[in-house]
Amino acid sequence: MTPPALTVDDLAGDVRRVRRERWVRRCFTVAASSTILVTFAIVATLAVQAGAFLLDVEPSSLWADGWFPREGKFGLPTLFVGSFYITLIAIVVAGPIGLAAAVYLSEYARPRVRRTLKPILEILAGIPSVIVGFFTLNFISPQLVQRIFSGAERGNLVAAGVGVGVLIIPLIASISEDALRSVPSSLREASTGLGARKSTTVIKVVLPAALSGIVAAFIVAVSRALGETLVVTLAAGAAGGAELNLNPTGAGLTMTAAMANLATGSDQVTGVGNAVKSLYLVGALLFLFTLGLNLVADRFVRRFRQAY
Amino acid sequence: MASILTPPREAVDREVAAAISGGGRDARGLAFQTLLLMAMLMALGVLVWLLYSVIDGAVPVFSERSLGDFLSGRLSGSPTRFGVAQGIVGSFWILVFVAVFSFPLGVASAIYLEEYASDNWFSRGVSVLVRNLAGVPAVVYGLLGLFLFKGLLGSLTGGSSLISAGLTMAILVLPVVIITSAEAIRAVPQPLREGGYGLGATRWEVIRTQVLPYAAPGILTGTVLSFARALGEAAPLLIIGTATGLLTSSGGSVMETLRGKYTAMPMLVYVATKRPAEKWLPLASAAALVLLVVLLVANTAAILARNHFEKRRS
Repeated sequence: MTPPALTVDDLAGDVRRVRRERWVRRCFTVAASSTILVTFAIVATLAVQAGAFLLDVEPSSLWADGWFPREGKFGLPTLFVGSFYITLIAIVVAGPIGLAAAVYLSEYARPRVRRTLKPILEILAGIPSVIVGFFTLNFISPQLVQRIFSGAERGNLVAAGVGVGVLIIPLIASISEDALRSVPSSLREASTGLGARKSTTVIKVVLPAALSGIVAAFIVAVSRALGETLVVTLAAGAAGGAELNLNPTGAGLTMTAAMANLATGSDQVTGVGNAVKSLYLVGALLFLFTLGLNLVADRFVRRFRQAY
Repeated sequence: MASILTPPREAVDREVAAAISGGGRDARGLAFQTLLLMAMLMALGVLVWLLYSVIDGAVPVFSERSLGDFLSGRLSGSPTRFGVAQGIVGSFWILVFVAVFSFPLGVASAIYLEEYASDNWFSRGVSVLVRNLAGVPAVVYGLLGLFLFKGLLGSLTGGSSLISAGLTMAILVLPVVIITSAEAIRAVPQPLREGGYGLGATRWEVIRTQVLPYAAPGILTGTVLSFARALGEAAPLLIIGTATGLLTSSGGSVMETLRGKYTAMPMLVYVATKRPAEKWLPLASAAALVLLVVLLVANTAAILARNHFEKRRS
């Protein structure tokens, strides 16, 4: 009784299993290509519509003083100034707080304290921007900003900037903390071994070692602040249009708020034929800015991952 | 020469002695630590202030009208009748779209990226795109929805309808689902897979019986967090358009509901905040509170569940 000899067919496996395997793989590949489709759809939408608008519009109206799309004035500098102020104020508010919180959590907090504090930061991160916008307009603006700057209007750029800052604190804190914790403890031990104080170790050794990750956190935060819509639409003051305004305690308009206002007004007012299309141009610019920032941030993140 | 480069012997001795003795308490270090702690407390203080303001603002609504009245009330121009029932329904339907489209598609993409993808142009491209899509502002997704679902496919979707909003939100959340699922799958220990292969299982069998069960808690946590994102996000809805004044319920079939006008929880907060604050502040607070309670319960559950599983594994 010799067993039958093995043939190549026996090793090839069950035909049904092999076929199923091929199908499953195909399904997953198709699913993964959905992201390509989405990216293509976004880029095509923005490029085609913004292009159509640019062909239609008189170039000089893009540099008009003020953003009044229904009157044919598409002053992009007005929006850039607003977005710049908001982003700057948000980073000035959230940068130090977020970074300090990250240093505290990563270097000083005992494990138990860390385990309680970190989820609370994550809860802050989970609060929707529309609620932060509501809070900014009704509480941060009157109780904080208008007390400091007596001439400030109810909705103003400073208040909106602070509100956006509140939104990005957890973002800066969590990315910076990841960067700080990825610094190998051998560096800290070496520094302590040489007699450095804890604070010296943190400032002179740990922070510089985590620098690229911290830079990445700030760049991501800038990108997020640029794209933030609800806080600015609710709390920056300006509605349908705005003059070029260099005073941050006055009302202002950002790229995102201009888009939101234009879209919400579009059902009631048909207005100038191509006014609504201008929001695709603003959207395309916003997309390019944030994409550029995210790509740069990605570079920095990869650097700190590689270093250790 | 040597005198320039090395300080005099006595100075070094003094410095060493001072360093060893420590010179009493480390005041600078203590100040630094206090500063850090204050920053941390400030972040928490903002959270407390926000929660207190929302709750405090909402009290008049719940004391003058019952909670049930506010929850069952509809979108209205009158502050005494305004309620959130239609917003809850709208948000529920948006979540259905996210669950039906983003969850399967996202998890499948993550499985492809982590388990199947070899290092070729396709998989590298996909992972780059996923990371960049996650960073695209929500308003820009709104533009996509405005052009694609309200404009091009308007006759199918019904314009500013639940279908348009739900599909846009599903696209918005997709990269988040992919990233969190991929992280959960990446955390599955390699020996688990190798054991499966060693027993003769095929790749899909290993994924189904080993990888997915192990990664399930992580995937679910990530999914809950992305659902929370979809629940609270208003920017794309603002662009696509929702009902703001009055909303008569269609009362028809599911298809009619989906193709009809709608509103959602975050949009109700927006609408009430936009109206004059004297009368509408309590209503805006109350709507915000309802949204917050739903989100906080979901987020907290997700975070606690994740910590629980992380602790059990390590």
